[in-house]
Amino acid sequence: MTISTDPPTQGFRLSQLIYDTRYRSYTIQVIAAILIVLGLSWLASNTVENLTALGKSFSLDFLGKRSGYDINQRLIEYDSNSTHGRAALVGILNTLLVAVLGCVTALILGVFFGVLRLSNNWIVSRLASVYVEGFRNVPLLLWIIAIFAVMTEATPSPRDFRGDDPAASMLLGDTVAVTNRGTYVPEPLFANGLGDVAVNPPGVFSDLYFEISLDLVVIVLTLIASFLVVKLVNGRAARIQNATGDRPNTFWTNLAIIVVPTGLLLWVLGFYLGYPELKGFNFQGGTHIRNSLLALWLSLSLYTGAFIAEIVRGGIQSVSKGQSEAAFALGLRANRTMSLIILPQAMRVIIPPLISQFLNLAKNSSLAIAIGYMDVRSTLGGITVNQTGRELEGILLVGIFYLLLSLIISTGMNWFNNRVKLKER
Amino acid sequence: MKKSVFLGALTVAGLAAAGASAATLDDVKARGSLNCGVSSGLTGFSQPDANGVWQGFDVAVCRALAAAVLGDPTAVEFVPLTTQVRFTALASGEIDILARNTTWTFSRDTDLKLDFIGVNYYDGQGFMVPKELGVTSAKDLDGATVCIQTGTTTELNLADFFRTNNISYEPIPIETNAEAQQQYLAGACDVFTTDASGLASTRASFENPSDHVILPEIISKEPLGPAVRHGDNDWADIARWTLNALIAAEELGVTSANVAELGAAPTSNPEVNRLLGTEGELGAMIGLDADWAARAIAAGGNYGELFEKNIGVNTPIGLARGLNAQWTEGGLIYAPPFR
Repeated sequence: MTISTDPPTQGFRLSQLIYDTRYRSYTIQVIAAILIVLGLSWLASNTVENLTALGKSFSLDFLGKRSGYDINQRLIEYDSNSTHGRAALVGILNTLLVAVLGCVTALILGVFFGVLRLSNNWIVSRLASVYVEGFRNVPLLLWIIAIFAVMTEATPSPRDFRGDDPAASMLLGDTVAVTNRGTYVPEPLFANGLGDVAVNPPGVFSDLYFEISLDLVVIVLTLIASFLVVKLVNGRAARIQNATGDRPNTFWTNLAIIVVPTGLLLWVLGFYLGYPELKGFNFQGGTHIRNSLLALWLSLSLYTGAFIAEIVRGGIQSVSKGQSEAAFALGLRANRTMSLIILPQAMRVIIPPLISQFLNLAKNSSLAIAIGYMDVRSTLGGITVNQTGRELEGILLVGIFYLLLSLIISTGMNWFNNRVKLKER
Repeated sequence: MKKSVFLGALTVAGLAAAGASAATLDDVKARGSLNCGVSSGLTGFSQPDANGVWQGFDVAVCRALAAAVLGDPTAVEFVPLTTQVRFTALASGEIDILARNTTWTFSRDTDLKLDFIGVNYYDGQGFMVPKELGVTSAKDLDGATVCIQTGTTTELNLADFFRTNNISYEPIPIETNAEAQQQYLAGACDVFTTDASGLASTRASFENPSDHVILPEIISKEPLGPAVRHGDNDWADIARWTLNALIAAEELGVTSANVAELGAAPTSNPEVNRLLGTEGELGAMIGLDADWAARAIAAGGNYGELFEKNIGVNTPIGLARGLNAQWTEGGLIYAPPFR
């Protein structure tokens, strides 16, 4: 005799929310969500309440008001009659400028010293170690201030260039002046230039107006066209090589394709160099690279370069020794082994930590305030906040800018990483 | 993104929460010391001496206030502030009073929610250049490089001055007076501009002050005064009348030397009696005891004594009274009646 009984069916009981693993995770998530929402709303209401207590409101109107202050380094047109929004834009461009320059130089320095650190030459590898340990173990702020101080104190002031027997003289055949206010280098000018085109966005973006130099546009377009033609020539050479085994020499053709049209264009535009000249208090003419930019750029590159050097060294060491031995066995020389065999394989180890270093560099550029470089922290987050009293709004905007910048950098680098990573087929 | 926004809000909310408490007087009494925001180093106005004790004309205002409120002129915590953080420090409640050669302007008084309690120095913006440049007027400064403290009224005046005179300049933004001094002496800027009193003070600290000239042009009005947070009128009254007490004391001939004697018993001058608390109940009206003003004056002396001791003609800074003489002597320094 068999007695079959159905398993007891019971309805849902509340205690299951805690004791039953099927439901417990929901309980935890719901409670966590409620706590987060409560926390956030408390923050928001507290902010609003305290702003009211201080008699302040949250408003971004100040961005449209006249700024009233001047900025020394301007990549776009700006004066004290422009708006605070425009001042913020000038600062953003200055931040981007130093971040891009810094990332490029840091990468070059990092790869260079990372490879040198693995050199078999004792002196070379020790020197690279000194660089790496020296720069990554001293706070960046100190390096920025130290390099800026050296540039300000150890270089001559413009007045030293004056007189019959000046205490200082210009370099490279009187074309470059190194002073304690910055370095003046020749600037490219066009006698028959095509002028500029003004771009005026409508509505709320009217502060974003800028001018594009037509000369620059034409030159860039010509260069792009030249490179496209070079690509065609190389493609043809590859086809001939595949068919006959002989690759025609394309070097001189390619050189001519790149140089001749651009050279002709420059000649037509009446290209010449404007040299800096001492007039009045300062050098006039030429391009003025301020010491604040130089010092920040140099210190950011050297500092981040030291970290990148270690990343590069680690990446190279992660490639099995057999790879280089095999390359040597095939008769490749050491530098070709490095560039063709080792570095491409090391890249997949190098790039992910490299992204963090680029992000660090971009954010560390806000230390510019220590030496008066007018980045977005100094214009929007500094002078504007101070003159308008909009601390909350100003600092929030600066924070959002750095967040967006970081997200863009990491998106770009991740895309690059996906392109170069080993494809497993 | 959301997270970052709210973390920022959290920080600001935390700061604001500290600033929201209304009764500054109670806070100061409970704390037993006054938090006073000063310049991070301007000879004669606020600077620590060799023993680390803060000295100067602005510092003296805080000492007098501490003496009036707490009975001890040394019960002051000095907080050195740069031009950029000074208003935030006051709004957030980090300091009780800002005595940092700050210019009284409309927007600061209204939009920035400060309350200026008076003027302790009438100033104007000037320019200092090395003598060897041979510049005699600020209008000759076309193309010059100018060191300027950021976040100040002088920064805005400078832009206006050069634009209205149709001449150009290159600003070098700096944070503190010490930094300006170093840049200026290194020749990284041709000109240093700030309030004329600040220029005199900076020049006095140079190795060879006579190598530098202050140009004759004064391009702005800079009434410098202590400020408190907007909204706590009781505290503003105490600070305002402490400053007025110092000014009135000079006018009435009450000095640090004779204040004890005059305050001991009623004198023949009823205004002195009211000021020093031997007659009437002025102290009680602002929530202090009767001899609050006597203590404030005894702390460092009256307005004139403080001026002569810290920045007057016999000090290295050598500022004449000029506009800052008593109204009875042709100046602008004037205290409303103690009545």
